[in-house]
Amino acid sequence: MNLLQLSWKNLINKPLNMTLSLVLFALGVGLISLLLVLNKQLQDNFDKNLAGIDLIIGAKGSPLQMILCSMYHIDNPTGNVSIKEIKPFLNPKHPLIEKAVPMSMGDSHKGYRIVGTNHDLLEFYNAKVGEGSAWSKTMEVTIGAVVANELNMKIGDTFKSSHGLVRDDNLVHDDSEDLKVVGVLQPTGSVIDQLILTNTQSIWAVHEGHAHDMENDSLAHNHSDAPKSLLEEDETKEITSVLIKFKGHNYQALNMGRSINENTDMQAATPAIELNRLHSQMDIGTKALNMLAWIIVFVSGLSVFISLFSSLKDRKYELALMRVMGATPEKLFILILLEGLMLAVLGYIIGMAMGHIGMEILAGHMRDTYRYSFSGKEFLTEEFYVLIGALGVGLLAAIIPAFQARNTDISETLSKG
Amino acid sequence: MLKTKDLQYSYDSSNALRFPDINCDKGAHWLLIGQSGCGKTTLLHLLGGLLTPNSGSVTIANTNLNALGSSKLDQFRGKNIGIIFQKSHFVKALTVGENLGLAQQLAGEKIDKARTQALLDRLNLGHKFNSKPSSLSQGEQQRVAIARALINKPAVILADEPTSALDDTNTDEVIKLLEEAAAEVNATLLVVTHDNRLKERFKNQIQL
Repeated sequence: MNLLQLSWKNLINKPLNMTLSLVLFALGVGLISLLLVLNKQLQDNFDKNLAGIDLIIGAKGSPLQMILCSMYHIDNPTGNVSIKEIKPFLNPKHPLIEKAVPMSMGDSHKGYRIVGTNHDLLEFYNAKVGEGSAWSKTMEVTIGAVVANELNMKIGDTFKSSHGLVRDDNLVHDDSEDLKVVGVLQPTGSVIDQLILTNTQSIWAVHEGHAHDMENDSLAHNHSDAPKSLLEEDETKEITSVLIKFKGHNYQALNMGRSINENTDMQAATPAIELNRLHSQMDIGTKALNMLAWIIVFVSGLSVFISLFSSLKDRKYELALMRVMGATPEKLFILILLEGLMLAVLGYIIGMAMGHIGMEILAGHMRDTYRYSFSGKEFLTEEFYVLIGALGVGLLAAIIPAFQARNTDISETLSKG
Repeated sequence: MLKTKDLQYSYDSSNALRFPDINCDKGAHWLLIGQSGCGKTTLLHLLGGLLTPNSGSVTIANTNLNALGSSKLDQFRGKNIGIIFQKSHFVKALTVGENLGLAQQLAGEKIDKARTQALLDRLNLGHKFNSKPSSLSQGEQQRVAIARALINKPAVILADEPTSALDDTNTDEVIKLLEEAAAEVNATLLVVTHDNRLKERFKNQIQL
């Protein structure tokens, strides 16, 4: 049997000690791994959805809330703005604005948000139609890939929307017309995947109780024409917000946000700034958790050290004996070192398993609540560095006991017992 | 086979232990007898290369132990010297068979399970091959310790107080066992003890 096997047998001879060390180690490593993966995926999800949006204009309220709602489709809208207020920014000839995308939120279907907007939104996210076509007439919708998958919807399906953003079967707009699926988008990996897109007029239609029996209506009021541009609609009608992309980042563009905030009843928020703010808040939390994780790893290192150190007391005769049988001091040194390292490696493996399984469970919850996709199946380079760290801790914990074993005085030890 | 010359050792500056010269032939059985505190264990440790003398030399099979470097000494000892200590010690995590296998390995030999089993059988311990030493009785443990001392067919077997805790009958049996075991591999046997009952059994004796 080689030193590795002997180390292993020594470890399992003290099962409780080994279990404690392993559990602590695994806990620490697992927490670190979970935090690393979670952080990365949060960052990814945020970054993927920046989509080159420079400014968002909407109702006054919390700027962060407006961004979370209009860009990330989490959280509730801050309120509505009227066409009258927003008109100047929708003007296609606006000198500073390249793209202005109107957004109407507030309805959902089985927990997935319905957004009234125009086709420019697809360009923001590089979304392409997979099957069917993008919505054109009122009451037509195109759904994202995740919606199609999770709700098993396909082209031709019809449904009634619900009021509000949380799934509640009591709030279905029973008296309004059906929405009809005319297209499914290709997966983009962005928030678009989880949205149901239609035009602004559909949202209005549903809320104006614009229910009419197609058979009975003799007014030939049909939705077969493409809807008007928003600039031509009634000025008192409302939408939720507008997503803006500037032509260039010059002084005037950057000032536009401030002047909207100071001179109008609306608010303008810059995603980059608000998200940075959010990030620094989250950072405090993540840093604290990280510190906790490393403390746990340190304590587990301590546990390994104590375990090895106290086992040496028990094993002093057998170590002296091994020297008598022909083992060199170096062999004893390596033996103890291996015990520490083995605990570290095993603890790391268990910890990684725990961390990633934990992430999968968390991902399920995130999916249910926020509809964003997270996964425990992603592995990061940083986690490899955690292995190096774990080995380092194992080494440190074992080095003093290893030296002690190496320096066993055969005669003195064996004279005593 | 085993020779000592002017062996001296002192634990501290005042007490120097001086030992009489020893000269043992191959295969001879010797008794080194003396009262407690006369340095018997020290002598045994010197003979086994576990201690370095202050002056003098120990020569086994024409090899001066002092002349060997540390790791060479370890290996020489593993191969050529079988030591049976007063109290039996084992590697706790290993079975009896694995303990003996380790003894073979640390001496630079290959693990020979058949030889281990045969040796244990000879000592009536064959059925304990897969038991942990901690589960054996004291007598059984001593026999395993003897097996371990013999496993590598050493040139010299040193036994430290093998009979001090035993009654007359068991004393007889253990000494007989040691003599037979030593004879089998033609090893030089040295028993270090204060037990006067053994005086009758040994032809070669040194009073310490």
